[in-house]
Amino acid sequence: MQDDPVIRVVAKVLIPAIMLFALYVQFHGDYGPGGGFQAGVILAAAFVLNAVVFGLHQARQVWPLRYNLIGVSAGVLLYGGTGVWSMLAGGNYLDYFALEADPKAAQHLGILLVEFGVGLTVAAVMVVLFFAFAGRASHIELVAKTTALEATTSKPGSKSSAKTRGGA
Amino acid sequence: MDMFAVNAFLIVLLSIIAFVALRVHRLFALVMLSGAFSLTAAAQFVVLDAVDVAFTEAAVGAGISTVLALATLTLLPREEKPHAIAPLPAIMAIATGMLLMLAVGDLPQFGDAEAPVHQHVAPDYIYGSEKKIGVPNIVTSVLASYRGYDTLGETVVIFTAAIAVLLILAGWTRTPRRRHDEDGEDDAG
Repeated sequence: MQDDPVIRVVAKVLIPAIMLFALYVQFHGDYGPGGGFQAGVILAAAFVLNAVVFGLHQARQVWPLRYNLIGVSAGVLLYGGTGVWSMLAGGNYLDYFALEADPKAAQHLGILLVEFGVGLTVAAVMVVLFFAFAGRASHIELVAKTTALEATTSKPGSKSSAKTRGGA
Repeated sequence: MDMFAVNAFLIVLLSIIAFVALRVHRLFALVMLSGAFSLTAAAQFVVLDAVDVAFTEAAVGAGISTVLALATLTLLPREEKPHAIAPLPAIMAIATGMLLMLAVGDLPQFGDAEAPVHQHVAPDYIYGSEKKIGVPNIVTSVLASYRGYDTLGETVVIFTAAIAVLLILAGWTRTPRRRHDEDGEDDAG
């Protein structure tokens, strides 16, 4: 699939559009259908499409696992942190009315932050899950290949087989 | 009458997909059918005016779930193992389905303003969403504001699921690994 020019070009055109649509769904969720959950899944779909078309290795360079894990935790922290902020501002936990003087602006701010937290967590989790499953498949293939390789070659050859494992 | 035709078409399509999915043994076809089922269900939700649910169903059910199932398929054989129909579970499933169909008759009409679900807190949410919160999409105001605790819980559930899957699948064990192991995991190891 990685060699098919039609799929590559179409994916390159589609991926930015999907990401932009995810942002629209994220920040327009107050007014139309959508919100954090949907936006997160759509954003993750862009990264999954990238991984499917251009290969898992390149997709992991675009969004490494380390940043993924930060995203997974940062979303939950942003959500919980909004609640703590409203407590510090003098209200109850997750009581957005305390955030600002104008009640409607306060609610808008609270909902925006909370939905962004949800979107961040959902997007990162979906990408993590996909990488975990897809990486599992390629990992098992690699193990099968290297055990077959190590079976055919003698002990000194195992060093070169380790190199092919890292490259694939 | 038009709505009846659309509903009937979608229900018949859903039933056909479900029955074909029961009969088919190729796992790839099964994954595709479950995606088609989710997409048809999403269309059904749109007909019921539940656009937010339809959105989620289309994105999660038809999109990401299908991709995850495809990623899992690479680890599995192409065909399902042949097996005979187990009589007891089949009877129980059919009996439960018939009981549910019986209960449908007691449900209030779709869109009935007098239905119990519209009596308790729903009027407060519907008025408050516009007057107090100023968010036109009632689903968003209920999800993020009125029921903020529940959504926090849901987000934590998703977080926990990701951590659990990573612990099981990504191989974060204490056993020392060889240097040129899988890329990406080295970052977090």
